Amino acid sequence: MTTIKKTRAHRPSKTGRRHPLASVALIAIGLLFTGGAYAAFSTSTAVATTDASSQQTIAEGEKLFAANCATCHGLSAQGSTEGPSLIGVGAASVDFQVGTGRMPMQMQGPQAQKKPVQFTSEQIAALAAYVASLAPGPAIPAAELLDAAAGDAANGAELFRINCAMCHNVAGAGGALTEGKFAPAIENVSAQHIYEAMITGPQNMPVFNDMNITPEDKRDIITYLKYVEDNPSPGGLALGSLGPVAEGLFIWIFGLGAIVALTVWITAKSN
Amino acid sequence: MVKDDNGAEDVTAADSPGDSLAPIAASTAVVTRDSLVNPGFPPHRPRITDLDHKEERKAERAVYTLFYVSIVGSVFAIAAYMAFPIVPEDPGSVRLNNLFIGLGLSLALLAIGIGAVHWGKALMSDHEGVDERHPVRGTEPVRARAVEIFQQANEESGFGRRTLIRNSLIGALVVFPLPAVVLFRGLGPMDQNPVDLLNETMWKKGVRLTMDPSGTPIKASDVTLGSSFHVIPEGLSEMEHGRLEEKAKAAVLLIRMDPADLVESEERKTWSYQGIVAYSKICTHVGCPVALYEQHTHHLLCPCHQSQFDVENHCKVIFGPAKRALPQLPIAVDAEGYLIAQSDFTEPVGPSFWERA
Repeated sequence: MTTIKKTRAHRPSKTGRRHPLASVALIAIGLLFTGGAYAAFSTSTAVATTDASSQQTIAEGEKLFAANCATCHGLSAQGSTEGPSLIGVGAASVDFQVGTGRMPMQMQGPQAQKKPVQFTSEQIAALAAYVASLAPGPAIPAAELLDAAAGDAANGAELFRINCAMCHNVAGAGGALTEGKFAPAIENVSAQHIYEAMITGPQNMPVFNDMNITPEDKRDIITYLKYVEDNPSPGGLALGSLGPVAEGLFIWIFGLGAIVALTVWITAKSN
Repeated sequence: MVKDDNGAEDVTAADSPGDSLAPIAASTAVVTRDSLVNPGFPPHRPRITDLDHKEERKAERAVYTLFYVSIVGSVFAIAAYMAFPIVPEDPGSVRLNNLFIGLGLSLALLAIGIGAVHWGKALMSDHEGVDERHPVRGTEPVRARAVEIFQQANEESGFGRRTLIRNSLIGALVVFPLPAVVLFRGLGPMDQNPVDLLNETMWKKGVRLTMDPSGTPIKASDVTLGSSFHVIPEGLSEMEHGRLEEKAKAAVLLIRMDPADLVESEERKTWSYQGIVAYSKICTHVGCPVALYEQHTHHLLCPCHQSQFDVENHCKVIFGPAKRALPQLPIAVDAEGYLIAQSDFTEPVGPSFWERA
């Protein structure tokens, strides 16, 4: 601070106004630090509690389940005619379905749609802990498996092309399936949800267990998807990355339209 | 003469219709009298640039401005080439480079074209004129002269007289394309019957099912319920030559479902293993990879033409243009628990071909 003051002192006309601004900045920085430290502290404690899956969290999750999920999935998650059994689906499945807003489902249909998330992260963690306590199942992946910076995008791209691209499109733009079902676009989906989708196989997606695609390979796939998301398409305007349909429509309308307009102009008589 | 609503007389092509009608009618069944009448040119309408000197100056300015714009575009393209170089490993730089060079070049060409058309339309003389088409047939003297030239050439070269030279030349020209036939034949399969090649794949008894692309063998216990594995035969991933050709025939999709959901015919009861089934991934319609597997409905969708196959019922076609079910690969488990093929496919994979049994 003293050095700043010294440099500022060379411009005497402004020192008088700078002093209150500096104090405001100081207060803001102080607030940010305390807020950030508090946030870091509180999330670390939240993780600690869910990791332990304490009886209290499970009890909390059971209450939430009974109030929000049991209508379709049954009071003890055994399933009903309206919804499947959740015994053995694991915490990862709950975190994906509830964390992306697909559950609770708005209405019965070809498949559950993504929508605004209905629960806080603590409530989702509690629900996940409750469902995980019923029977063993896929757990929420560890953070080091979700680090896109550590993966190999080229390997991920090859695996994505072999295992995923036929439904989700080679650029992850999604695509149609049968009878109203579809493979959603994978843009702006968190690494955790991508990983959980692979190990749990939500909706009609097949399961890709760790023997099929190893955890490191799954991380590489996430790296590839994040690479596609972060890097601009070298071909220019991607038009939704949908391929020949979108690109053909564009050139038929705008390319041919321009040629037709030019031809009309050339052959029209001048005024 | 016909009178129209305005009372004006229409000018017909034949000036005396009444006289010419009778002799034609004697030899022709139908006489068409509704042939199009040449309307001639509409009255000449002077353009605004012909009438107003100011407008003419304005049009002239527009034309030379467009040509100057073209110069600017060309210079801009050169400047863009230098200012936005392609940086290796940076796709974004390729995009900028292409975008700005393309903008400069299209501006340069478009401005020349638009300027030239505008020049022609607004400033150049716009009187209408007719160019009569010349008859295709030449005049008699020209035709006679042409025949004379050919005869003279024949006489001087001796083409008609020296028959040995002529015939050997024709022979040489006939033989000349033969090397091309031989060379192009070399592009096709040699010493192999294409039908046999299409009938057989790499699968045979005891070949392990391995993962695409790593070639890791798959244990039956690895294939959990709802899983789908993309499978290639053992040894394919290490192949040096013809790997893609073999993969295009041998690619397989491995699926595990609840054995209670499987409806199997008597002779194929032994082809699956505890709900694990393996089917060719090559569509029987035109050969696209069919791999859009829906875990709950057990339907396989081909992305190219929307053929659907029901995995529960031996991949029978339930929708779309495909005519045959996907061929099933009979599988078993070896002593170490790995999945192996019982044999090759029992029918040819992929789209139908003529000699297919």
